[in-house]
Amino acid sequence: MSKPRIAIFDFACCEGCQLQIVNLEEELLDLIGAVDVVEWREAMSEQSHEYDIAIVEGSITRPEDEDRVEIIRSRAKILIALGACATIGGVNKLKNNFDLDDVKECVYGDDAKMPHLDTAMTKAVDEVVEVDYKVHGCPIDRKEFTYIVRCLLLGKKPEIPEWPVCVECKAKGNPCLWEYGQVCLGPIIRAGCGARCPSSGFRCFGCRGYVDEPNVNAAKDVIEKYGLSIEDLKGKMILFGSTQGPTNE
Amino acid sequence: MSKDLNINVRHMTRVEGHGNIAVNAKNGRIEKIEWQVPEAPRFFEAMVRGLSYEDIQTVVSRICGICSITHSLAATKAVEAALGIKVSKQADKMRILMHYSEQLQSHTLHIGYLAAPDFFGAPSVVPLVAKAKDAVLTIVRTHKVANEWSDLIAGRTTHPVTLIPGGLTRFPTEQQLKDLQETLKGCLNDLSTIAEVVLSVAENIPAFERDTEYVSLKQTDPPTYTFYHGDITSTDTNGSVVPISDWEGIANEYVSPQSTAKWCKWHRDSYAVGALARFNNNAELLTDGAKGVAKMFGLEKGCCNPYMNTIAQLVECVHIVETSIQLIDELLTAGIKEEKIKTSGKAGMASGCVEAPRGILFHSYEFDNKGNCVGGNICIPTNQNHANIQKDFEKLVPQIIDQGQDAVRQKLEMLVRSYDPCISCSTHMLNVEFV
Repeated sequence: MSKPRIAIFDFACCEGCQLQIVNLEEELLDLIGAVDVVEWREAMSEQSHEYDIAIVEGSITRPEDEDRVEIIRSRAKILIALGACATIGGVNKLKNNFDLDDVKECVYGDDAKMPHLDTAMTKAVDEVVEVDYKVHGCPIDRKEFTYIVRCLLLGKKPEIPEWPVCVECKAKGNPCLWEYGQVCLGPIIRAGCGARCPSSGFRCFGCRGYVDEPNVNAAKDVIEKYGLSIEDLKGKMILFGSTQGPTNE
Repeated sequence: MSKDLNINVRHMTRVEGHGNIAVNAKNGRIEKIEWQVPEAPRFFEAMVRGLSYEDIQTVVSRICGICSITHSLAATKAVEAALGIKVSKQADKMRILMHYSEQLQSHTLHIGYLAAPDFFGAPSVVPLVAKAKDAVLTIVRTHKVANEWSDLIAGRTTHPVTLIPGGLTRFPTEQQLKDLQETLKGCLNDLSTIAEVVLSVAENIPAFERDTEYVSLKQTDPPTYTFYHGDITSTDTNGSVVPISDWEGIANEYVSPQSTAKWCKWHRDSYAVGALARFNNNAELLTDGAKGVAKMFGLEKGCCNPYMNTIAQLVECVHIVETSIQLIDELLTAGIKEEKIKTSGKAGMASGCVEAPRGILFHSYEFDNKGNCVGGNICIPTNQNHANIQKDFEKLVPQIIDQGQDAVRQKLEMLVRSYDPCISCSTHMLNVEFV
C-alpha cells in the first residue's frame, strides 16, 4: 500500500503550531517515514496538487485566502484544521470587534489605503470550507497531534475529549482558580490539554474552544457563587475568538 | 559566464511570515534588486484595544510562535511600567532564566537546522545525518534541553502561561532547578561539540562586509551582556544610551511598497539588530567560555559581515548556558519563596523592551483608569532588519554577479537566513529530502 500523501498549508497565524511539529524532535523523523509529505510550503520547495490529507494552519483573513483554502479542500480527501487560529479563529478574531477601516488606520495610519495592506473579517477554516478533523489548542498539543495522525494512518476515527477542562484539572488535584478570584473558563472549554494553564496557576482562556455541550447553568452558578458577572466571562472568552457560543444567549 | 540574472524566489523564508527575493540583470546591468515582504497583516496593535492589562501578554505572545516568551516579557514589562507594578528580585531573575531558555531554543534551531546545511553545502539537515550523525543528534538534544527548560519555567514550550503582571504564577521547586543546572552543565559539552563542527566548515561563510549601524540593549548597572534590562545603544552613539521610552525616535518606522511589514532607520539608511548587534555593542561582557568561542572563529567587535550573525548566536548560546548555571546558584542560595501577586488596574502609559533572539523588540501601551488598553505600538526586530537586508543585497549583487544565477541566489538566500528568519525556514531544510 502506498503511503498517504500529506500537504501542510498555512494562513494568518504565528506558526507556533508548526513549531510544535518540529518540536517532536526524533519522533518527527519517524512520523515523516510513515507518510509522504508532498507539500509543506515553508518546509520544502516542491509543490504538489495531489494529496490525500491537507493540514491547514491559521485563520482566513483575506478574500484571496478563501479562494486558496477552497482549492485545497477540493483536492484533499481529508482536511485537518491545525491549532486555534484554524479551528476557532484564534486571537485573529479580536479584529472582528472593530470596524476594519479603523483597524487598518490604527496600524498603518495614512498608508492604510495601500492595496497590499488590505484585510477582511477573520474566519476559522470551517467557516469557509468543511473541516474533517480539528487539532485544538494554542499552540496544539504535540501528543494529541501525533495521536490524531496515527489514528488516520490506521483508518481509525480519533476521539477528541467531549468534557470540560475542569475534569482534567480536578483529576490533577489542582486548587480551583476561581477560589483565587481568577475568571477561569475551565467549566465550558474542551479538555485534552491536560489542564496545562490552570496547572501552572493561570486561568483557562479558552484556546481549545467550547466543549460541545457545556453545562451553561452550572457555569452560571459558579460565576454567581464567586460574585463575578457573565460579562467578566465573556470578556475572557473574546481572547480566543469564541464570540459566538453558549454565553452569548 | 552570462551576466543575466532572473531570480524570483517566492516565500523563500519566514520572516515573521513570508519573504521574496527578486533580482533582474541584463548584460551585467542590474535592473532590480528587491527584498519583499508580502505577509498577511494581522493588526495586533488594533486588536489589543479594550483588553485588560492582565490579558495583553496572553494575546501578543501570539505574534510569533518562536519568540512568544520574548513578546510576553516585553509586553509585561511595558504593562508594569505603565501601571507602576513592582516585581521581586526573585521573579526578575526567574524571568531572565525563562528568557534565556527561549534564546537557546531559537538559536539552536537556527544554527543547527537552518544555517549548518548552508555551511556544509547540503540542501537540508537530513543528508547531514549520514555525514555527521553525532553532530545532528547533539543539536536535537540541545534543542530539546531548551524546550524542556521553557516548559519548566514558563509552563509551556511556546506561549508562556506563568508570566503575569507583578511576577509569575508559580516557581519551579529547588530540586527542579538543581536538576536543570545539572542538565545545563552537560549542555556545555554539547555546545563545544557543535562549535567544533561549525568551525570545520567555517571557510564556507562568505567574506562579505558592509559597514552599518548595529542597535541593541546596553546595561551598565551592573555591566551585563544583556537581553532583558538596560537602555538602547548603537555602534553610532559612542557608547551613549537612549531610554526605552524614546524608541519610536530610533525605529522611525515607515511603510514601504515592497512590504506589509514596516521598515526602520536611525542614523543611516538602515540598521541591523540581533546577535551580531548585541556582540558589537557588548562583547567584552561575555562569559569566558563565550569569549573562547568568539576567538575560535576570529569574531571581534566591529565585525560587519552579516553572515557572522550565526556565529554570534553560537557565542551567545555558551554565554546563556554559563550565565544560567550561575543564576540558578543565586536563586538557590536565596531560597525559592512563594509569592502572592495582587495587582489592580489604573491609568498609565509606558514602553517595554527586551532582546528577542533575532534582535531588539519594543512594545508600548496606554491604559485608562480601569487598566483597559487604549492603544498599543509594537516594533519587532525583523522589521528593523528589512531595510538592512535590502542594502546588503544592493552591495552584494554587483560583487558576485559574475558567479552566475545559482550562486547569486544561494548567497542571497543564505544572507537572509543569517538574519535568522523564523521556524519555517529551518523546516525548509528539514524535509526536502523526504519527497
